[in-house]
Amino acid sequence: MNSTASSPAVSVRGLTKQYGAKRVLDGVDLDIARGETYALLGPNGAGKSTAIEVLEGVRRATSGDVSVLGEHPLAAPRAWKSRIGIVAQATGDPGPYTPRELISHFAKLYPDPRGVDEVLDLVGLTAHAKTRATKLSGGQQRRLDVALGIVGRPELVFLDEPTTGFDPEARRQFWSMLEGLTGEGAAVLLTTHYLDEAEHLADRVGVLSGGTIVAEATPELLGGAEARTPVVSWRDAAGVRHEERTPTPGVLVERLMHEAREIGLPHGPAELEVRRPALEDIYLDLIGTNGAE
Amino acid sequence: MTMTNKAIPAGEGAGAGASASLPRTDAGGRLPGILESGVRNIGFELRGYFRSPDAVFFTFLFPLVMLGIFGVAFQASGEVGVREDGTGGVTMAAYYLPGMAAAGLLLIGVQNLATDIARERSDGWLRRLGGTPLSPVSYFIGKVGMILVTALAQLVLLIVFAVIAFQVDLPTEPELWLRLAWLFGLGIVAMSLLGVALSALPRSSRSATAVILPVVLLLQFISGVYLQFSMLPEWLQQVASLFPLKWLAQGMRSVFLPGHFELQELGESWDLGLVALNLVGWLVAGLVLSLLTFRWQRRS
Repeated sequence: MNSTASSPAVSVRGLTKQYGAKRVLDGVDLDIARGETYALLGPNGAGKSTAIEVLEGVRRATSGDVSVLGEHPLAAPRAWKSRIGIVAQATGDPGPYTPRELISHFAKLYPDPRGVDEVLDLVGLTAHAKTRATKLSGGQQRRLDVALGIVGRPELVFLDEPTTGFDPEARRQFWSMLEGLTGEGAAVLLTTHYLDEAEHLADRVGVLSGGTIVAEATPELLGGAEARTPVVSWRDAAGVRHEERTPTPGVLVERLMHEAREIGLPHGPAELEVRRPALEDIYLDLIGTNGAE
Repeated sequence: MTMTNKAIPAGEGAGAGASASLPRTDAGGRLPGILESGVRNIGFELRGYFRSPDAVFFTFLFPLVMLGIFGVAFQASGEVGVREDGTGGVTMAAYYLPGMAAAGLLLIGVQNLATDIARERSDGWLRRLGGTPLSPVSYFIGKVGMILVTALAQLVLLIVFAVIAFQVDLPTEPELWLRLAWLFGLGIVAMSLLGVALSALPRSSRSATAVILPVVLLLQFISGVYLQFSMLPEWLQQVASLFPLKWLAQGMRSVFLPGHFELQELGESWDLGLVALNLVGWLVAGLVLSLLTFRWQRRS
């Protein structure tokens, strides 16, 4: 038992998945440590869900070595499933039950579940515990999905686009809920379209594009130092826009101010802006260069 | 970590070879047993069933409603099956009772279970369950338990209704009630397994009813549930004889109708041996098909 208890949450080498002639995953390597939150980014159709489903044991890989909590997902015993939690991308009608009934029903499938009230509180559904699940709002239903995914006190949680369709406030609430979860030591594999979400939650970010992971780093370092070179942009006296990347934006701004004063513009050039590329820009760069191949 | 779990059925350990005396480092308790989870599922399934008004009406109450309608509609048309000396006839309500009892098993076993599982599959509910440590065996214990309880309740309700509303005479020989017991048991198991197998057909929850209902409806019409079986053309009777409902209805007639009605059957006999044989055949076919086709989710 010690061997699986100390093994990494996820260890993947050379994972490929082929549907007919289409290769969706083409040699993915992925390591997620215990307690780590890893965000997998990528455009639609990049294979994020396929990768997650292989790790969940829902799909069979075409080739590659996959180990999740020390077991191969397809060969793992039933007990292994009590150690993972799954929140799939599309979940449907949970039937004519209330959140309390559903959470309590799922709790009894696990050896060491969280308390029902604790889970309701954690996902913020205490006030709706006795409302039929079908009458909940979209965001509340999504939180119910998460509740059912974590009630078994999993060591690893798969969250496939958990906040799609949330309003900004609901997303903020969701994030603090997730932080509470990871605070208890669970590893999380998250896919998302929201770069700010990845930046906020993830210890590490991986970008999946063209079937492989094209970049992987902490959110602060993704894309390397080069990608974060500040950009200075302005409009000159003739109305033409300029943009220049420079590691020393202050020097450039000083020069621009000087030139502007000389032509009688004491406040400097119009629309002067110094910008450090956000994760979103870097991400778009990454999938852009890859998609061009 | 402490061992918090209590009742674990013997023989249901957590992982392979985990010794209970050793302190476990990876989990606080042991996995709930397959039987334990299955029995708990029965209650959960029953609650869900009786909260779905359409399922309750069209699979649970439907035979009752139909018996009421037929019984009232044909109340004035006198008795059927009267012998030449003017005795031995039964009212139309009494004549319809065995057919409705058989149809109830078809509705609950096939129609309800097939649409229910198809809906659960396309709604991602089964996928959700597949991601938990729930064993498919526990899942099916829940379904079968739900089916048995609702089918039994339906049969009792149907008989009570027939007696109170239409003064139908019930059989008095214990042998006939025993026969009803095995017909019910064999019938509901065969129908349920066919329901599970059929649940693989619909491609979405919307099409589930559209795919299943015609099959069920057609069978009821050709198997002597709504129409008197002996009035159907012989070739149609032969076709119906391939399917289990005709045999189940015939068996039910042998329980609820006077003995001389036997002569109206295709073989001028109740042919209980053939009834059992056909039902067992469909039971086995349903079991094999279910094992081959059941998946937690539809694979793309």
